[in-house]
Amino acid sequence: MDILRFITAGSVDDGKSTLIGRLLYDSKSIMIDQLEAIEKQSRNKEDGEIDLALLTDGLRAEREQGITIDVAYKYFSTPNRKFIIADAPGHTQYTRNMVTGASNSDLVIILVDARNGVSEQTRRHSIIASLLNMPHVVVAINKMDLVNNAQDVYNNIVIDYSEVADTLGLKDIYYIPISAINGDNIVEKSPNFPWYEGDSLLHILENVEVANDINYTDARFPVQYVIRPQTEELHDYRGYAGKVISGVYKKGDAISVQPLGLTSTISGIEIGGKQVEEAFAPQSVVLHLQDDIDVSRGDVIVKTDNLPSVKNELDVLVCWMSNKPLKAGNKYLLQINSRVVKAVIKEIEYKLDVNSLLKEPAPAEAQLNDIIKVKIKTASPIPFDSYKKLRVNGGAILIDETSNVTVGACMIQ
Amino acid sequence: MINENIVTEDHKNTLSNEGGAAYHRLDYLDQLESESIHIFREVAGQFERPALLFSGGKDSIVLVHLALKAFRPGKFPFPLVHIDTGHNFQEALDARDELVNKIGEKLIVRNVADTIKEKNLTEQKGKFASRNALQTFTLLDTIEEFKFDACIGGARRDEEKARAKERIFSVRDEFGQWDPKLQRPELWNTYNGRIHKGENVRVFPISNWTELDIWNYIRRNEIELPSIYFAHNREVLEYEGQLVATSEFIQLDPGDKVSVKKVRYRTVGDMTCTAAVESGATNIDDIIKEIIATKTSERGETRIDDKVSEAAMEDRKKGGYF
Repeated sequence: MDILRFITAGSVDDGKSTLIGRLLYDSKSIMIDQLEAIEKQSRNKEDGEIDLALLTDGLRAEREQGITIDVAYKYFSTPNRKFIIADAPGHTQYTRNMVTGASNSDLVIILVDARNGVSEQTRRHSIIASLLNMPHVVVAINKMDLVNNAQDVYNNIVIDYSEVADTLGLKDIYYIPISAINGDNIVEKSPNFPWYEGDSLLHILENVEVANDINYTDARFPVQYVIRPQTEELHDYRGYAGKVISGVYKKGDAISVQPLGLTSTISGIEIGGKQVEEAFAPQSVVLHLQDDIDVSRGDVIVKTDNLPSVKNELDVLVCWMSNKPLKAGNKYLLQINSRVVKAVIKEIEYKLDVNSLLKEPAPAEAQLNDIIKVKIKTASPIPFDSYKKLRVNGGAILIDETSNVTVGACMIQ
Repeated sequence: MINENIVTEDHKNTLSNEGGAAYHRLDYLDQLESESIHIFREVAGQFERPALLFSGGKDSIVLVHLALKAFRPGKFPFPLVHIDTGHNFQEALDARDELVNKIGEKLIVRNVADTIKEKNLTEQKGKFASRNALQTFTLLDTIEEFKFDACIGGARRDEEKARAKERIFSVRDEFGQWDPKLQRPELWNTYNGRIHKGENVRVFPISNWTELDIWNYIRRNEIELPSIYFAHNREVLEYEGQLVATSEFIQLDPGDKVSVKKVRYRTVGDMTCTAAVESGATNIDDIIKEIIATKTSERGETRIDDKVSEAAMEDRKKGGYF
């Protein structure tokens, strides 16, 4: 049994909340008391039927306004897999929310309304999915019941979307006709689509291969904390605690500590207090080095034969997440894994139109939900890999030093 | 408490060969464990004065277990803090003391009863008069007393709708308040714990675990729990479909239906606001079977405090509750 983290992209009108509600309901992850609670709310709203969408609308503030304001996480499991759903709401903050939800997901479900086909919104969601390098994409063509479950409607949408996917270079795409409100093709294959040869949505989600998404080649170990008991019997114990974010480490490996480049050899690896011969992503471990060299939080232990980039001038794609605009010359903190450095925006190169993927001339300042390409200079060189090559060591955040708020999502190029 | 030699059936970190390339796999519990350890170490790396809020319930016991894996052979970089309402199950207190004794870490206990006296707070009245709301006062005072900048807690997102929307690093203002509309986006696996003086961060390392994940992890790691989690005979009051243990904290009225039943607890909170479930499950395997078969959510079945209103948890969180 493993874990699949996925995000659903679409607005309330596409039936996104209904789809999640349906997945939870039909996989029997909804308990009677939770169902009673939404039944009660459905009655309060006086529109009769149980509204499965209510399962995902958490806060009273949202219910009152009929909106969802933030990313909510939902859980369900089958005997084969545990699922973590990042439910990112649509509306005005959508880009920010989808980027947040997608940043730690393996798969995105893009909902397309069968009546409308591939819309501007579908393109926008797909562009964000491609910018974030999502490993798997499910295109769920919903509301098939409203087009008489017609095969040609489905086929035309598949043809249209394939063009979008080709342009964006999206990989591992699954197409599926569904009716979330009726539960067609969600958990079981529906007899309403005799022409559809694929599997049900749940079957696809259960069988997408996620183990291969982990990079086992480029070993990266950001140090989080140094364990030094300094007791009599453990006087010389010095362990570097962190998570192997990619790759494999073995006892005896020749390593280099970035960004300074000091070298040593791994003399021991511990997992939960137990000595092991090797560690791999995404295990949390303690590494021991043969030599007494200077290693502290924020350093990245790598293997000498596979080094990351180490630079203080970065090309970065930023999704701006703050109401305060971003301008060239602004200073922020840049955090990548456990390393935090001061950073300045040298230049905004262009803005990306998330509806067309066209480059627009650089604006004087970037606004909330803008995706822009910038040049960033950091106060000291940071070890990183390009986001495209290694998601886990190419994604960073920008922090406003005065408000301490996370204001930007960075994908280092 | 840790038995490293146990390998259960679902414990498969396999090294296999496919297409000639060796690759490794981590099963779901190991992935969850690693994520939680990572979060614990981020707390240790980012904060000056963290604390682990410990209630004696299964979730906080799992937290302690994860902290052992994160920091041993070093000491925890934080004390355990128990906000004691005075309405605890004795079995939970005994298990707490036994655990603290075993691991040799520091435990700080602050009593709600003292806060009530000092601050002249008004206690709830009635049948199930609870100190649940008042413990927020003691918690905030304790945070101030020790200048804690991060409080680690065992809340899970599957427990409740408001929790489903809270960050793993959740910033609270000087009054401990949570503002769901002003949460920081939490990207990649990067946690931003920067705060202003006086603010603090609530950290939830087991956010992504479900009730069943917790029980499976307890089974795999043979973690000891207070005996009340297992079926035992207890005198209970049947009240609106829930079974509440009789105790000095609960007011019995004429006509109350009291009887001895075989029960276990699914969650352990205060005696005044935690209900028992009828069960014959005396070991973890049977408990897991019952949980898989259950039709009612954990909090729905056993928490009297969530039933007050639809938004009970949302309101309490905004007010500084965990």
